[in-house]
Amino acid sequence: MAKGLQVGTGSSTVAYENLGRRRKQFVYVPVLRLNSMAQSQVRLGGLLLQHQYGEIVENVGAFLAAKGSFTLKDIAEGTKLGMNEVKKALCVLIQHNMMDFERNRRGILEYTIHINKVLFVTRYPRYIYCAKTLYGDVGEFLVEELLSHGQMLMSQVCRRVSERITQALEGQSVDELKVRKTFVELVETHFLQRVAAPPSDSADKEDEETELQIKEKEMFLIPPAMDIDYGKVNPTVSSSGKRKREDGEEGDKVAKRPRSTSPLSDEKNEDAPDKGVYWHINFTRFHQFFRDQAVLSALNSKIDRYACEIVRTMLRVSEKTTVPLAPTTHPMSSHEIFQSLPPELDLNRQTLGEYLTLLAEDKTEIVNKAGESGGGMYILNMQKALETLCKASIESVVQERFGSKCSRIFRLLLMKRHLEQKQVEDMAMIPAKEAKELLYKLFSENFVTMQEIPKTPDHAPSRTFYLFGINMHQVSRMLLDRCYKAMGNLISRREHENTENRRLVEKSQRVDAISASLQSSGADTTQMSEVEEMITPPERQQLNKLKHDINKLEQSELQLDETIFLLESYLPGSEAMVLY
Amino acid sequence: MAGRGRGRGGHRGLSFDPGALGFGRGEGLPPPTLQPPPIYPPLEFKPVSLQEGEEADYLLALKQEFRGSMRESPYFIKPQSTKRDIERYSDKYQLNGQNKGQGLGWTPNWNTFPKELRIREKKPKRLKVSVKPSLSVTKVKAKGQKSDSKEAENKLKQILQTEEDGDDDEDEDEEEKKKKEAEGEEEEEEEFYDDEDIEEGTDYALSYFDNGEDYLDADDDALEDGPVY
Repeated sequence: MAKGLQVGTGSSTVAYENLGRRRKQFVYVPVLRLNSMAQSQVRLGGLLLQHQYGEIVENVGAFLAAKGSFTLKDIAEGTKLGMNEVKKALCVLIQHNMMDFERNRRGILEYTIHINKVLFVTRYPRYIYCAKTLYGDVGEFLVEELLSHGQMLMSQVCRRVSERITQALEGQSVDELKVRKTFVELVETHFLQRVAAPPSDSADKEDEETELQIKEKEMFLIPPAMDIDYGKVNPTVSSSGKRKREDGEEGDKVAKRPRSTSPLSDEKNEDAPDKGVYWHINFTRFHQFFRDQAVLSALNSKIDRYACEIVRTMLRVSEKTTVPLAPTTHPMSSHEIFQSLPPELDLNRQTLGEYLTLLAEDKTEIVNKAGESGGGMYILNMQKALETLCKASIESVVQERFGSKCSRIFRLLLMKRHLEQKQVEDMAMIPAKEAKELLYKLFSENFVTMQEIPKTPDHAPSRTFYLFGINMHQVSRMLLDRCYKAMGNLISRREHENTENRRLVEKSQRVDAISASLQSSGADTTQMSEVEEMITPPERQQLNKLKHDINKLEQSELQLDETIFLLESYLPGSEAMVLY
Repeated sequence: MAGRGRGRGGHRGLSFDPGALGFGRGEGLPPPTLQPPPIYPPLEFKPVSLQEGEEADYLLALKQEFRGSMRESPYFIKPQSTKRDIERYSDKYQLNGQNKGQGLGWTPNWNTFPKELRIREKKPKRLKVSVKPSLSVTKVKAKGQKSDSKEAENKLKQILQTEEDGDDDEDEDEEEKKKKEAEGEEEEEEEFYDDEDIEEGTDYALSYFDNGEDYLDADDDALEDGPVY
């Protein structure tokens, strides 16, 4: 998706060579043409960074997002910020896993921002909510802590979370062990992962890491109650991080013994038992979960609960064999599916077969039949599922923006792929003049594309077919771009509302503070009402309106993000099939 | 649509048959648009109302809470207070507050973070005063290096020799560094340029782009925990 940005990194290496020759007169900033998508991404990213981490981080982030990779010094010069401020901003960005750094050929560190990771900020509430639904309050707090701190030690997070929960529940203390257990569960299901090591790892540092990984395992061993879980905990922890280096359980254990006696092992183990092992959110896993959830709920409403459960089972079966976010799963037999169906579903083998045939024959093509062996082999095509979802949401966008007649033309074109204008008029059963207008409207708004097919080589319009069609990939890209713009607009509108009413908000805060202090000191009601009256009725009205508006704006941000998520997950896989 | 046709001969003389585009004989072509589209075009269709429900409300509450807490977190870098219109007497006593804003406010995992991002805590001004007396000597030294490369070479040899002889010189080195630091004003950047100037004319000029961060870092460590080799 960040095509325009990738171009940026490429040409900035060229920029460095130039820089070497030109010495320090000026920073050579390569002229890049960001495409519209990248532009709106950069704008939105800047706004998000500004709200999350302040203006300085925004400046640095936007500079890097727009121009590519740079060294510390160039960033300072390019953004006209002080060196210390740039350093702080870079630290914040690295801490929140939005940035990578790499040594260039001269051995100087270059920093690259990942704008798509910055944009995940809009989805943070969803991650937290998801953890809540899966793992309860403890999961919610764990994910929230990790999101607000970027990366943390396990011991750190668990301590903080148990403190917070104890505070929130007042009196009822929550065992840190329970928090740890939830943490381990989150790691087991890959919702959390370790922070990847910096790329400039030397060989001996790797050893150190595996060393630390072993330490981590030992940390899980410490609480005696965890002993039962040990067998379960152990393998997942080794595979939880991206930096899986051990070949297997056995090799690991062999390596553990001699090294733990070496002086290296004691090096980084002063205060925290898991010092050096930082954890952060595995966004990919969350996205996979969201994607599956979206597909399942769509199936639930399209067919029924049983179909939904069957596909859920298929997803579970394929989990072990398929890489995350792969477009299709490995084939699995109906027997295999039957074995792992949840028992409370109470489906017999025959009904399962019928459901599978139904799903395979459905035009959404989510389930494909791959063979006859083993009672029928089936594949889940998640990319197709996403495409179906995307199509549905684009159709509804057309419907809501242009009305049902346009939506009819749009669906007709989706169905028939290519149509001449005359055919559209006839088949949509709309009067010719109106149909033409609607079609051109869709065309000018980029929802519909046109293909010229000349009968003669001179491309004379009278001897050319003009075929209208829909390029799903392009429409999705365009919509995604619009969504980013809309999101940017929502945020800046919210900011505008806030600054417009700053005085009023500050006043109400002050009045609240006064009344609270009065209440605690035990003032009588007349005094209280006096204070309350400091805000006049029109002011109160305005405050209420402001609150309502802000809520609405933020709600829109959250719901817009759902569309963004759908389009974002559909787009990368769709590039392969650009035929329309 | 008539982009090229217009250039040649007005609207009427199109280079192709408008009938092919679906314009009938009697219909006139739409007039050319001369104005940019309005910023807020009138809405033909009312937007769909937002989803409501417990989940949406909870998400909203989460979002607002998270937003609020981020503002208070140490990761939210507030811009350093800009200089106000006039210098005030009371400014002098607010220096402590400013110094607080200098550090990160949180400790990154320096094992994985690039070392060059470490921020040197600025030493209080008192230190500068105490070092001052011997400052002129180093200045002369530095200048000497600059003006005469041979002299510099000699000096380097000398230093090498003394280093081999014993660690006695370490203290001196440290002092030298301290002085240099004091010499470089508040602005760090200026320091970088100083370093470059010294290197000018030697074979090391090519690598001038190493902004000297590492050197300073080592320097920093040397001040705190003794020199690192």
